[in-house]
Amino acid sequence: MSEPIFYGAGFPYRKKHKMPGKLIVLEGTDGVGRSTQTKLLRRWLEAEGYAVSDTGLRRSELTQAGLNEAKKGHTLSPITMSLFYAADFADRLENQIIPALQAGFVVLSDRYFYSVMARDCIRGVDPEWERKLYGIALKPDLILYLKADVPDLVARLIHGRGLNYWEAGMDIHLADNLYDSFVKYQTELIRAFDSLADEYNFVTVDAARPIEDVFEELKEDIRQVLDEDQPLAKKPK
Amino acid sequence: MLKPNDTQGKLIIVEGIDGSGKSTQINLLYKWLQAQGRSVYFSEWNSSVLVKSTTKMAKKAKIFTPTTFSILQCTDFADRWENSIYPLLKAGVIVLADRYAFTAFARDVARGVDPAWVRNMYSFAIQPDVALLFRVPMDVSIQRITASRAKLKYYEAGMDLNLAKNRIDSFRIFQGHILDEYNKMVNEFGLTVIDGTLPVKTQQKLVRGIVKNALQGWEGLRIPHHRAINSKKSRASAPMGGKHEGGKQ
Repeated sequence: MSEPIFYGAGFPYRKKHKMPGKLIVLEGTDGVGRSTQTKLLRRWLEAEGYAVSDTGLRRSELTQAGLNEAKKGHTLSPITMSLFYAADFADRLENQIIPALQAGFVVLSDRYFYSVMARDCIRGVDPEWERKLYGIALKPDLILYLKADVPDLVARLIHGRGLNYWEAGMDIHLADNLYDSFVKYQTELIRAFDSLADEYNFVTVDAARPIEDVFEELKEDIRQVLDEDQPLAKKPK
Repeated sequence: MLKPNDTQGKLIIVEGIDGSGKSTQINLLYKWLQAQGRSVYFSEWNSSVLVKSTTKMAKKAKIFTPTTFSILQCTDFADRWENSIYPLLKAGVIVLADRYAFTAFARDVARGVDPAWVRNMYSFAIQPDVALLFRVPMDVSIQRITASRAKLKYYEAGMDLNLAKNRIDSFRIFQGHILDEYNKMVNEFGLTVIDGTLPVKTQQKLVRGIVKNALQGWEGLRIPHHRAINSKKSRASAPMGGKHEGGKQ
């Protein structure tokens, strides 16, 4: 990215350092294979000699305690929850992503703020308000949107880690059982993602194919971004 | 911009730098309104239980950046807003707030965040019916704070900004920026300025006069007859008072 571009004001108090690294985001609903692909991509990029840093939503030290607490008691209302996620995002951006980009790393982010926007949109949070809130966010070099339809997600999850309360959106009472709620919730989420895909220029990747095929396509998209300009930081051999 | 008050309640807030005497004044106002048999609820800045553990942890570790600090304070506010302030205003209660969104607009901008960005973040909140800004010279503020406790706190003194090596100097510079931001908001948000160097009693008389005006011809939520029996323990005369504890700076 070299000269960093933010969606809004960014962090006005920070010095404007160059960021020779690349920010690559993987987005998509739950169970679509993001974390599997992130692992494969990391291994591949490192083998190619790039220094890689990976990061994901809700991994920041700062808000872990509060978010876990909230999930236990479900006492948070939509705006509060949304702000908790935003604090977490800001922390990761300032303390992990930006320093890594400055050092010339390829940063693989398993989800970015778009996921939070999609989930908040269903919970009635004002989209205009949230877009401005994420004016702090750095524009990624590439946003890969892994897309699968609901029947495919159901099959993957039932044969994998199972359906869970949050992924089924049970907190917003769409249905009285996990399955129906999951179907309704994920349908809404996909709709929200599709509209974000247009707005933020996602590259949509059909995730309903074998892991290997998806991986090959992701590699192809990433190669184009990496070839664009100057060489990045390489791992010492 | 803040939303116009679309509720049956009344929102009264106080602002000012640390040591401006605003908490003393709002406490006296609270007692006065209660004595009149009004339904009143009191909410303090940075007092939501849920956000507290995170804030405490981060303050201790000093891992805040101006942005994360700003968002977490707004999270705290949002939690109080959605769980108590807004529903109580809807019910017709008088809500008193010791510090409001303007604290964030002053402090966070003094820390370097974008003014429009932080204003948007709080745009779910409403414009108070009465907003009082207590103004005192810096020396008065410093003298009052150091007289009442041993040490200025790290974030209160803006030590995270590397403005000066010692806390008093840093406090002076940081609070000076905050004061500038407050002054800009007097017109922007129609804050009423109260001279915080006047005797406590004189200030309170002014405050009560302003509030009386704002409440003229307004009824609000009545207090049920059986309330006198079991309400002694509660700090607020409105329900839902037990959820939050005392806040800090």
